[in-house]
Amino acid sequence: MDLQIALLLGQDGVVNGAIYALLALALVLVFAVTRVIFIPQGEFVAYGALTLVSVQAGKVPGTLWLLLGAGLVVAAIDIALALRVGNRRRLPAIVGWNLVLPGAVAGALYGLDLAQLPMALQVVLALAVVVPLGPMVYRLAYQPLAEASVLVLLIISVAVHFALVGLGLFFFGAEGSRTPAFSDASFQLGTLNVNGQTLWVLGASFALIVALYAFFGRTLYGKALRATAINRVGARLMGISTTLAGKLSFALAALIGAFSGILIAPITTVYYDTGFLVGLKGFVGAIIGGLVSYPLAAAGALLVGLLESFSSFWASAFKEVIVFTLIIPVLLWRSLTSHHVEEEE
Amino acid sequence: MKLKSLLAALFSIAAVSAAQADINVGVVLSATGPAASLGIPEKNTFALMPTTVAGQKINYIVLDDASDTTTAVKNTRKLISEDKVDVIIGSTITPNSLAMIDVVAEAETPMISMAASARIVDPMDAKRAWVFKTPQNDVQMSTAIVEHMTNGNVKTVGFIGFSDAYGEGWWQEFSKIAELRKIKVVASERYNRTDTSVTGQVLKLMSANPDAILIAGSGTPAALPQKTLKEKGYKGKIYQTHGVANNDFLRVGGKDVEGTLLPAGPVLVAAQLPDSNPIKKVALDYISKYEAAYGAGSVSTFGAHAWDAGLLLQNAIPAALKKAQPGTKEFRKALRDALEGTKDVIGAHGVFTMSPMDHLGLDQRARVMVRIENGKWVLQK
Repeated sequence: MDLQIALLLGQDGVVNGAIYALLALALVLVFAVTRVIFIPQGEFVAYGALTLVSVQAGKVPGTLWLLLGAGLVVAAIDIALALRVGNRRRLPAIVGWNLVLPGAVAGALYGLDLAQLPMALQVVLALAVVVPLGPMVYRLAYQPLAEASVLVLLIISVAVHFALVGLGLFFFGAEGSRTPAFSDASFQLGTLNVNGQTLWVLGASFALIVALYAFFGRTLYGKALRATAINRVGARLMGISTTLAGKLSFALAALIGAFSGILIAPITTVYYDTGFLVGLKGFVGAIIGGLVSYPLAAAGALLVGLLESFSSFWASAFKEVIVFTLIIPVLLWRSLTSHHVEEEE
Repeated sequence: MKLKSLLAALFSIAAVSAAQADINVGVVLSATGPAASLGIPEKNTFALMPTTVAGQKINYIVLDDASDTTTAVKNTRKLISEDKVDVIIGSTITPNSLAMIDVVAEAETPMISMAASARIVDPMDAKRAWVFKTPQNDVQMSTAIVEHMTNGNVKTVGFIGFSDAYGEGWWQEFSKIAELRKIKVVASERYNRTDTSVTGQVLKLMSANPDAILIAGSGTPAALPQKTLKEKGYKGKIYQTHGVANNDFLRVGGKDVEGTLLPAGPVLVAAQLPDSNPIKKVALDYISKYEAAYGAGSVSTFGAHAWDAGLLLQNAIPAALKKAQPGTKEFRKALRDALEGTKDVIGAHGVFTMSPMDHLGLDQRARVMVRIENGKWVLQK
């Protein structure tokens, strides 16, 4: 191995690591706020990428039907509940988020000449289809059991994961797809050839991390999420709705997931089930951060990316074994350094 | 004279009324899970198969095994014990088919596999006596590649394959034959179907500087190493396996898969076959039926393996019906014997002639070399 190869591997590892880092952040966020280990995180990656593929092919993506259907069910449940307690003031918000918004997205998808739109608009449309699914999934699957134990929430996650993977196969078919690169530019850095998409991934990941940092540090909603993460009951006593916090964190997770998918779609072939493994590697990163620390999770995810890249050079047959074995020493180290806290049931 | 024809008519009525039980065909395939891109066209193909053969109604009971070995075995048991099937077709992939052998042998039910590995019917033993298969063996395809390499003056080869049964099977067959033909394999790498990057493996292959590289993957995941090779500037020949022979591979691969060489079943380039080739007619017939039902360009070679399994069955059923009634142990035995006696049955992938020792029965006509030119499969003479 010479320097050139090491540099290429390093570049590859950092790019993959950046995606894992984004997913790790989303996992930490969701877990901190709702105590849900969000296994379906990966599905949003695949949904984001494949929805964009459909839009670029000028086809209405199958995920739109999921959006409309889920919106209808959520609206029906929430309207019934609101009417039962006589809370009519909530109706406009329920109808707006669950019926009008998906309807508007559907109108845009049917009304516009999708294949001819500029790429940025196509991306926005794809995100508009996938991201609202996040809070809807929370509303339908998790909110009724929001106070359940972590184990129950994990079991729900597994169920949601399988449901979404199955729907993905139904919507997009078994074969994978790619999207054209955001830019065809490539730069010569010394002996290293860096292509535009690499810079896009790194830049977008970095921008998203900075945006999240600003969101949590500077905005009221961000602070509300942090408060919920630190102490649910306390936050509630201060008038922060845990339901809203849950929906918001799921919306962010869906946004991060779908955007990651859109970033990697030009680099690799995305399948309906690609997301799971990508999400799992993000999860390893999140575990390194103990599912609480954002910077450690991001660093851990980068480590996973680099380890994956170098092990694929030295021992390609054992790559996954090496990557997932990483979790064992990390868990050992964590269980030795942090004292165990009984989960309050 | 009149009496004779009357008697004959009476006999045939008796035969029909006695043969009331339908023939039940149990199908196990992988319509979901990692092998879905193979299983879905197979599933579609069963919908096109004739529902009566020799005046006998045929029921196809199709179950999905989700590319999972345990489910495949469970489905097979269910088909045999609950649906009382006379024959099993399946499964799509090798591990599942291997696991089903014990079950069908125990229940003495013939089985036609649609998976590639030679191990499904070889070595022949008491259990495998009940098992048949339609896809070409890896070894036939490997020989075709190695032949093409020696003719093209390739001295060194790099290998990259799936880190599963498919990649390993190819590695074993290919490395063996390559050694015999004095081709040096200078690098051997593995990757997963689900990998999002193969940069490490590709750099390692390229540092060994081989004349040609063989990618042993199936479906669109096989496009990833090739795209990375092109991106990193590899100039040598690239060979793929018949696992990539569907249009999705061309769509995903785009201009990066131009010039790729691969062995494939003749159905892939049916229209380009010479008219003298008997396979052409059968293959074109399958393609037109499939595309009429599912749209132009939707056909893939994998579905044709299912079609061939159907053709073998349609050929064997009349002979078996002469010996016993459907739904009985005797009928299953007769069907097995009839399948083993298959002679010169022309399928979409080749001509089948079976024997007690050969339960595949394909010869050299079952494979052609194909090159990708301008986004199309082109037959190499």
